[in-house]
Amino acid sequence: MFDLRDLYLQVIVDHNKAPRNFGKLAHFNHEADGYNPLCGDRLHVYLDVNDDGMIEDVSFEGEGCAISVASASLMTEAVKGTPLSEFAQKFDMFQHMVTSDLDETPDEEALGKLAVLAGVREFPSRIKCASLCWHTLKSAVTDSHTIAKTE
Amino acid sequence: MFDIEKIRGDFPILNQQVYGKPLAYLDNAATTQKPQCVIDAVNHYYTCDNANVHRGVHALSERATANYEAARQRIASFFNARSEREVIFTRGTTEAINLIASSWGGAHIGAGDEVLITHMEHHSDIVPWQMLCERTGATLKVAPINERGELIMDAFEALLSERTKIVGVVHMSNALGSINPVERIIEKAHAVGAKVLVDGAQAAGHMAVDVQAMDCDFYVTSAHKMYGPTGIGVLIGRESILESMPPYQGGGDMILTVSFEKTEYNDLPYKFEAGTPHIAGVIGFGKAIEYIQGIGFDVIAKREKELLAYATAKAEAFDGLRQIGTAAHKACVLSFVLDQVHPHDLGTIVDREGVAIRAGHHCAMPVMQFFKVPATARASFSVYNTEAEVDSLFVALEKAKAIFA
Ligand SMILES: Cc1ncc(COP(=O)(O)O)c(C=O)c1O
Repeated sequence: MFDLRDLYLQVIVDHNKAPRNFGKLAHFNHEADGYNPLCGDRLHVYLDVNDDGMIEDVSFEGEGCAISVASASLMTEAVKGTPLSEFAQKFDMFQHMVTSDLDETPDEEALGKLAVLAGVREFPSRIKCASLCWHTLKSAVTDSHTIAKTE
Repeated sequence: MFDIEKIRGDFPILNQQVYGKPLAYLDNAATTQKPQCVIDAVNHYYTCDNANVHRGVHALSERATANYEAARQRIASFFNARSEREVIFTRGTTEAINLIASSWGGAHIGAGDEVLITHMEHHSDIVPWQMLCERTGATLKVAPINERGELIMDAFEALLSERTKIVGVVHMSNALGSINPVERIIEKAHAVGAKVLVDGAQAAGHMAVDVQAMDCDFYVTSAHKMYGPTGIGVLIGRESILESMPPYQGGGDMILTVSFEKTEYNDLPYKFEAGTPHIAGVIGFGKAIEYIQGIGFDVIAKREKELLAYATAKAEAFDGLRQIGTAAHKACVLSFVLDQVHPHDLGTIVDREGVAIRAGHHCAMPVMQFFKVPATARASFSVYNTEAEVDSLFVALEKAKAIFA
């Protein structure tokens, strides 16, 4: 049977305790707010895209459950230093992973560390916690000024 | 003699495993489980008596009407209403408050008037008043609470004035468990000429309520928090006030005669019950009240007090746990946060141990803001809970701590 430890993998616990890229960027040119009314998670992401279209830097602030903080932390690591043009594909890949059937093994090669979040599929009420940061970053990328939700 | 096994046996849902662990249902403030007699009453109605009420002359309709009105009578006497005319069925607490804010508020509130509520109200006793104030230009005032989650009575009284037209106060807070001194609140409010609505969504299943002794103008509650069905609740209003109020919704049942020129409204309570009601719900509600009366509030209150004391002692001894809501006068609710573990993660972790609790803002975001927490975990007790279930909760909390250690 699926164990809690499969959701709260050590990587997730670590990223929750010591989130990477946490805090406000000194220089950024995109930002957005995300809010999950169900559990009160709030996120703010900052994004710095350079003239070559590369994500030069990215960070987040906010409070939330371990899944949402760890997911945001892992997301910043996954997109930092990559071309902005690849974001849409990453977003789709992550969405697919957290909503796919349980018997589908996540593509660890493509997903890298993000694959540790595949465990949320077993916990339907927690999928939104994992995807909130991605929706928020998407809002930042598209300069949407409405607060990101997961619907 | 209190026989816990017999009581638990009345609730078939309790006897199950989730994730291979025995279910410990500790989310009673959200909704209580239903005893077999309530399930049977609803089932019997649909199986044998289903018909529309107040309109057919045939046998089924007469039976349905008789059962529907018998439930009203039982509910009237349970709350010691002056008559059945004071007992109006609604979809629940939320609809009952909206009815008052819309009908009574629409007729009696204007610019410059004030509506007074407390900082511990459920959203359903905040938002309808906000909407009313926005519509009319009245002002919403909020009486503060202290660090224990108790209403500060001096501040409440200081906010009362001849501008105060109505007071909305929760009898027992769902987020904190605090029980408000409603008699004193009502006395003070009446002294300045204000009406008082008491939100009894939490209280009515845990303590005896006598609307005449309390002297409230409106008492509202939901059946589903007192072992009855969802989607049904009640507004008990002072007849003289209800008489003077315009209808809330128009339609069938609430009229005597209709022509295109003029409609004559029906008498109380039907004036406020437009359309085909939730007949099965009302019948189930009546049965749930009968079930409570069969056990008795003295027994229920004693048992629930023991459980809360047991859980509170465990909470106090638990390292890193901070209780939210420690009122001197409280019942049935243990709301808390744990160092290092977000309530949402706690909810998931204890769920896998078979323990059902609520994690979130409990529809009381201002309470969360006051205590500067995004959410709390809340265990809430009912007469059928056991010490062993409380133990399961604390074992699960230890697990959560270990995961995040
Ligand atoms: C104190 C309080 N008031 C009002 C409500 C709303 O009740 P309902 O959703 O049944 O209308 C609740 C239910 O959570 C409550 O606990």
